[in-house]
Amino acid sequence: MEIKLQLNGRAVCVPDVAPDTTLYDFLRAQGCASVKCGCETSNCGLCTVFLDDVPVLSCSVLAARAAGHKVTTLEGLQAEAAEFVGFIADQGADQCGFCNPGFVMNTIALLRENPDPTDEEIKAYLSGNLCRCSGYEGQLRGIRRFLDSRKEVPHA
Amino acid sequence: MPENKTKYVGTAVRKKDSLQLLLGKPVYTADIAPQGALVVKLLRSPHANAMVKTIDTTIAKKVPGVVDIYTWQDVPHNRYTNAGQTYPEPSPYDRLILDRHLRFVGDPVAIIAAETEKAAHKAMKLIKVEYEVLDAVLDFRTAKDNPTLVHPEEDWLPLCDVGGDNHRNLVASGEEKDGDVEAVLAGCDIVLDHTYHTRAANQAMMETFRTYTDLDRYGRLHVLSSTQIVFHCRRILSRALGIPKSRIRVEKPRIGGGFGAKQTSVSEVYPAFVTMKTGRPAMITYTRQESQIAGSPRHEMEVRVRLGADKDGRIRALDLYTLSNSGAYGEHGPTTVGLSGHKSIPLYTGSLEAFRFRYDVVYTNLQAAGAYRGYGATQGIFAVESIVNELAEKLHIDPTELRDRNMVRQGMTMPAYYNEPANACALDRCMARCREIFDWEHRYPVRDMGNGKVRAAGVAMAMQGSGISGVDVGSVTLKLSEDGTYNLIIGAADMGTGCDTILAQMAADCMDCPVEDVAVFGADTDVSPYDSGSYASSTTYVTGKAVEKACAELTGRICTIGAELLGCDAADVTFEGSCVRAADGRTVSLTDIAYKSQVSNNCAAEVTATHSSPVSPPPFMVGMAEIELDKLTGEVQVLEYDAVVDCGTPVNPALARVQTEGGIAQGIGMTLTENVTYDAAGKPIESSFMQYKIPTRLDVGHLHVEFESSYEPTGPFGAKSIGEIVINTPAPAIAHAIMRATGVWHRELPITPEVIAMGKADED
Repeated sequence: MEIKLQLNGRAVCVPDVAPDTTLYDFLRAQGCASVKCGCETSNCGLCTVFLDDVPVLSCSVLAARAAGHKVTTLEGLQAEAAEFVGFIADQGADQCGFCNPGFVMNTIALLRENPDPTDEEIKAYLSGNLCRCSGYEGQLRGIRRFLDSRKEVPHA
Repeated sequence: MPENKTKYVGTAVRKKDSLQLLLGKPVYTADIAPQGALVVKLLRSPHANAMVKTIDTTIAKKVPGVVDIYTWQDVPHNRYTNAGQTYPEPSPYDRLILDRHLRFVGDPVAIIAAETEKAAHKAMKLIKVEYEVLDAVLDFRTAKDNPTLVHPEEDWLPLCDVGGDNHRNLVASGEEKDGDVEAVLAGCDIVLDHTYHTRAANQAMMETFRTYTDLDRYGRLHVLSSTQIVFHCRRILSRALGIPKSRIRVEKPRIGGGFGAKQTSVSEVYPAFVTMKTGRPAMITYTRQESQIAGSPRHEMEVRVRLGADKDGRIRALDLYTLSNSGAYGEHGPTTVGLSGHKSIPLYTGSLEAFRFRYDVVYTNLQAAGAYRGYGATQGIFAVESIVNELAEKLHIDPTELRDRNMVRQGMTMPAYYNEPANACALDRCMARCREIFDWEHRYPVRDMGNGKVRAAGVAMAMQGSGISGVDVGSVTLKLSEDGTYNLIIGAADMGTGCDTILAQMAADCMDCPVEDVAVFGADTDVSPYDSGSYASSTTYVTGKAVEKACAELTGRICTIGAELLGCDAADVTFEGSCVRAADGRTVSLTDIAYKSQVSNNCAAEVTATHSSPVSPPPFMVGMAEIELDKLTGEVQVLEYDAVVDCGTPVNPALARVQTEGGIAQGIGMTLTENVTYDAAGKPIESSFMQYKIPTRLDVGHLHVEFESSYEPTGPFGAKSIGEIVINTPAPAIAHAIMRATGVWHRELPITPEVIAMGKADED
């Protein structure tokens, strides 16, 4: 089947997509290397992308379901991500990095929904994003420092 | 270099790769591997112990897109080990690429090479195999001298005498002692005797095993793999495939986590074999299920401890017997078991009069174990630290005070640790500081919250090593570029730990230059100087020292070239980072020296330095856990985990802290949720993240990490290690807290809500 969708702001049309292709496989084939797979069972959050600006697990969504919709990966959100990932880096919480894209995507979704979350809200929202390296605390500190830095900016 | 003169060592420099990782750039094996490689899939054994009677691939090979299928008849008959260890490996040579004898559920039966994953999967279903199913050894307590042999083959080959015997299902066995442990035990006021059981926990790194292979422009085998051990991997492939090492190149890109899993060549040989057979690029990507059932998890161990003490809490004797389950193959079996004693008993050097440590490592028809952070120390420390907590409870002595009376202290010689001296040991300060930040005095007493929940606390100490003494080799090459910047080329493997960065910090301080001016590359067997690889907590301590040596040597060469430009003797100039200065004050810039190194020059502006250490100085640590336990459901919530670590000098405090937090989180998972069980036929149950529950960010509580630094004289900038020790305290500390809350000692991991809710107080 042919799939037409909007990927990171550009129109994409791919002929001959097998009906059972997952959105994850479709996006990797489109060169979106940021999208990672950690478990195949919707448990780890590594494959998080936005479907019409809503975070979904691309390993568990058929590419066909994205046809006609807007799909966004980290490749399409570099500027928005760059605003806060330095704060994660300052904590050394990037570690192996394999979970980072999914974590960054879901953090962007969180901050769009709730620009000033509490620690508990951050933990709850990101609870589906596993990380085996960091123990999570450094990620939390990084987000907190980012939020604090935004508050320090004087109003114009 | 004195410890107070560093600019970068001791500061939280960002990891050199951090923004690439955080912005999702293509830096991992599967991101870099070219498209169009053959997809390699493995048909795996459904039986724990079976022989392939017949195997027919005729129909499967007819599936469109299938390029070839290989069985035991197609592979070389060279037994080898997948263990990434220095030659001669203590692990026995007990594997073939494909063996007619299948030894666990998941053992490869056939290698399928196809143009697409779909074709490979279809072919897998069409391979006809007739199995002769054999009795299986599924309980490691019955493995030794069991009539069923896991490795009956005559060509089983141990390279080292580690007390193994394949006709007894023994991978290794041994005994060590100091003093007469039975005599001391007989004279003790109190003797405790308990057995502690830990399971084959999985590293569960986020990136599963994966390898890409092709033939390079010289027709050599080129391997791009997510590995901690490029050089060992090259040797393993050379033996398994029967091709010389000069015909193999192994490189690693960024690694999506290792924790020891990738210290075993789990996935490399299969695509390598396909590429050698077909001449075509090939790629294998393990599914999470494959990583769970056919990876290289922790050795399941049962540790029996006999502890003898006086009424006043003086611990006088420790007697350990460790039974370790190596599974179907012997990777890391002979070595992991050693740490269960070597890294637990010496914690009590302060008072011990005698110790004995005996062990057996056995084969079973279960998933082969490997290296997992802690490497046996985790299992041994769970046992020893638990029994010390049991002693404290029995004697009604505060468990932190009990440890104060018995712990190893700086300046002591550790008989249970190869008689090495504790040159740098801040364990006493770690305990004092942890007590303070945790508020032990108020948190240790059990508090009933009045809602069916109880709060309680527990404590544990830990140690590890820093590299393998007298074995590990670290090397670096340092090159000066014409603009006065440097290239640092290493053979160690940054798997997210940040070693590329901390080694650059050391180089920057030695060369007195900005850390940004040190570009790091690693690791590639064609380019990197030889390094054992990143494991055994070696990289900071061993490879770091090689950095110091390389910098000293390169400084000498820069001075030589600079002196030539200045027209004076090399002995009369000083290196000042950005220039070389003559005795009369004249200088020549580093840039000019670098340019000179490329014109009419006979003194290479690059050096390779190597380091190996005769000792392995232990880092030390104290961990304290506060839990809230629901008495009705048995649910345990970790509220607070505080830890104070002595890793010598923390080279990068941010990275050392995150290492510690990450290790604690893994330890919490191992203690509470990460179960490993099998059905009656030996098939693993927890084969996905649906069943194998690693902690989420809601499960770890608040972590608070501090450092109490010592200065290790043999380490670079006074550093020891940090990577492994950090996983060792949660199990005993949390088990302790659970006992405080419930009155029941749980001596088997994981301690799940079911186990707690059904738990009965021990008769003793």
